[in-house]
Amino acid sequence: MGRATVVVKNKSRNRKIRILVAKPGLDGHDRGALVLCRAFRDAGMEVIYAGLLPTPEQVARMAIDEDVDVVALSLLNGAHMTAFPRVKKMLEEYGGKDILVVGGGIIPDDDRVKLEKLGITGNYGPGTPLKTIIKHITDRVMRERWKIKKQT
Amino acid sequence: MKKDEYWASKLKELTLKESKINNAEYKKWEREIYSRWVKANKERKDSFKNTSGIELKPVYTHEDVQHIDPLHDIGYPGEYPFTRGVYPSMYRGRLWTMRMFSGFGAPEDTNKRLKYLLQHGETGLSIAFDMPTLYGYDADDPRSFGEVGRCGVNVTSLDDMKIIFDGIPLDQVSTSMTINAPAAVLMAMYIAVAEEQGVAPEKLRGTVQTDILKEYIAQKEWAFPPEAHLRIIRDMMVYSTRNMPLWNYISISGYHIREAGANAIQELSFTLADGFAYVDLGVNAGLPVDSFAPRLSFFFNCTMNFFEEIAKFRAARKIWATVMKEKYHAKDPRSMLLRFHTQTSGASLTWQQPMNNIIRTAIEALAAVLGGTQSLHTNSYDEAWALPTEKAARIALRTQQIIAEETGIPDVIDPLGGSYYLEWLTREMEKGFYRYMEKIEEAGGLLEAIKSGYIQREIANTAYETQKEIEDKERIIVGVNAYRIKEKKPIDILTIDERAQKLQIERVQRLKKTRNEADVKKSLEELREAFLDSKTNVMYPMIKAVKAKATLGEIMQVGREVYGPWAEPQLL
Repeated sequence: MGRATVVVKNKSRNRKIRILVAKPGLDGHDRGALVLCRAFRDAGMEVIYAGLLPTPEQVARMAIDEDVDVVALSLLNGAHMTAFPRVKKMLEEYGGKDILVVGGGIIPDDDRVKLEKLGITGNYGPGTPLKTIIKHITDRVMRERWKIKKQT
Repeated sequence: MKKDEYWASKLKELTLKESKINNAEYKKWEREIYSRWVKANKERKDSFKNTSGIELKPVYTHEDVQHIDPLHDIGYPGEYPFTRGVYPSMYRGRLWTMRMFSGFGAPEDTNKRLKYLLQHGETGLSIAFDMPTLYGYDADDPRSFGEVGRCGVNVTSLDDMKIIFDGIPLDQVSTSMTINAPAAVLMAMYIAVAEEQGVAPEKLRGTVQTDILKEYIAQKEWAFPPEAHLRIIRDMMVYSTRNMPLWNYISISGYHIREAGANAIQELSFTLADGFAYVDLGVNAGLPVDSFAPRLSFFFNCTMNFFEEIAKFRAARKIWATVMKEKYHAKDPRSMLLRFHTQTSGASLTWQQPMNNIIRTAIEALAAVLGGTQSLHTNSYDEAWALPTEKAARIALRTQQIIAEETGIPDVIDPLGGSYYLEWLTREMEKGFYRYMEKIEEAGGLLEAIKSGYIQREIANTAYETQKEIEDKERIIVGVNAYRIKEKKPIDILTIDERAQKLQIERVQRLKKTRNEADVKKSLEELREAFLDSKTNVMYPMIKAVKAKATLGEIMQVGREVYGPWAEPQLL
């Protein structure tokens, strides 16, 4: 699996991606979220897990308090079309507009397109290699949040 | 607390017999034939292991089962220790119950689907509830927004239950309800619906899942702290034992433990550990063990490692019988019977090339039947995508019917019994269980092992290792990490009518305007007092409250106020 470190050099200092993993709804199916937490950590990220059953508002608040680069959302209960956009909206409202949002779970193609338009990317389904998810997050954080063109 | 030495002594008993094994014949074959061959023809893998990490030999012979007594360890069907099956004639008498888990949208949608399945030869009902219902929130609660009717049917009040079972006579079907944290509330509603149909509680057949321990371990759908839920379960046990002789008030579930990432031995061990914790609960409530143990039933997963799954089921039966007899001194053989429902594995289904899931489900269903299941749900091929369409659910049901009617497999009991490999593996599973029980004992018992997160971490570790094996292609999943194709929208899927949420919100708001508020308030106060006084049985005020049309959310809110919330231990 992708164990290559994703620590990248910012202009001034070494930085690790800070990521919040959350399931923003009534959904206790945490197998995927827990696997991702460990994969992100093994890939060199600083991982914060939101624990179970937070509301979208609580997730957004936590993301800002923890000063993360990216929020990774997972839902398997079919509520992604309400919960994911809500997290994004609350981030904007609470002053975390620049925090990136990625998603995953059981997300039909049509919904994926709609989420992408809202700036919620990834939206990977079951069976996606961890490498793919890690690369997507790393690329996006460097490009959009850190304004770094290329991994060094 | 004094450590229970029983588990360690059992493990010792089993391993002691192994020291006398003589495997001279195998060693000779290995040396003279096998090793030479393998040197010239390299095997596909360096070592062959099953999901539980047990290393497998190239072949098993009579030497591998010398420590297994054909009469006392394997025996006959319907006879202690029931390794070969719980009933003397098994499927020669009656086939397993084909019980398809279903439920979505508003109560009307589910009522329609249940009738459709009954028409197509289903023999028992099984209801899936949506997330708000599972967590105990009403359709109009802000927490429920976007989740009403999505993963199952929404039940907010007694009126919804009436619609679900409209036109279905409850004295003629058996109903399984997958509900845990609010199980007592749903059971109370079922009793009330039956009463309106003129059916008395003693006639009701069915199951509520109620297994809260596996919620803390795996599915994570709780409402209160463990002690509070266990107290309510105790009251359900006592109520059912007295009033509902045909009712299974708990279905001790390994399904979710497996889906959360556990391997076969972990599923077996943690599920049975939960089972024995409920036996303790009944015994400590003053119930004689034989008065309630015959009503305990189980629910297992069946996934792809064929022989490992069959061995798991056989080991489970033997362990349950042995421990109930030796440790709990059960006298009634029915207390020793491990009866179980099986569902094929949702986690084994792939999003990629979804039609392949029909084959996976068929293989899993076959293992469940060869393992002697009492009832079976087969998953539909589209379930990695969404809830199943009617067509997909029908194919899943047909899969069971083909196994039942066309293969001849149900005609002979435990047809794989006596296989060197299977008997050896059954014993390995048994040993694995006793090993885990020792560890749980060391962790301070099951409840402590859950509260400290030990069991959850064991499962999460296996889940992560499994994922790494898939990433490294040590474990091949067809269509996922091998044999891939490009596909665009391979199947049509079920979409949930957005109407359900609106309908359910309007319905509960209408209810709140028309019901007698004074009755509701009074019944909830009575319930609060019962929650506060552990000597009162909560089932009686619970039934009163649902009849007064208190909602699920209101009833659970009383519990939340009395007991407070639950926070999971740190798992990472």
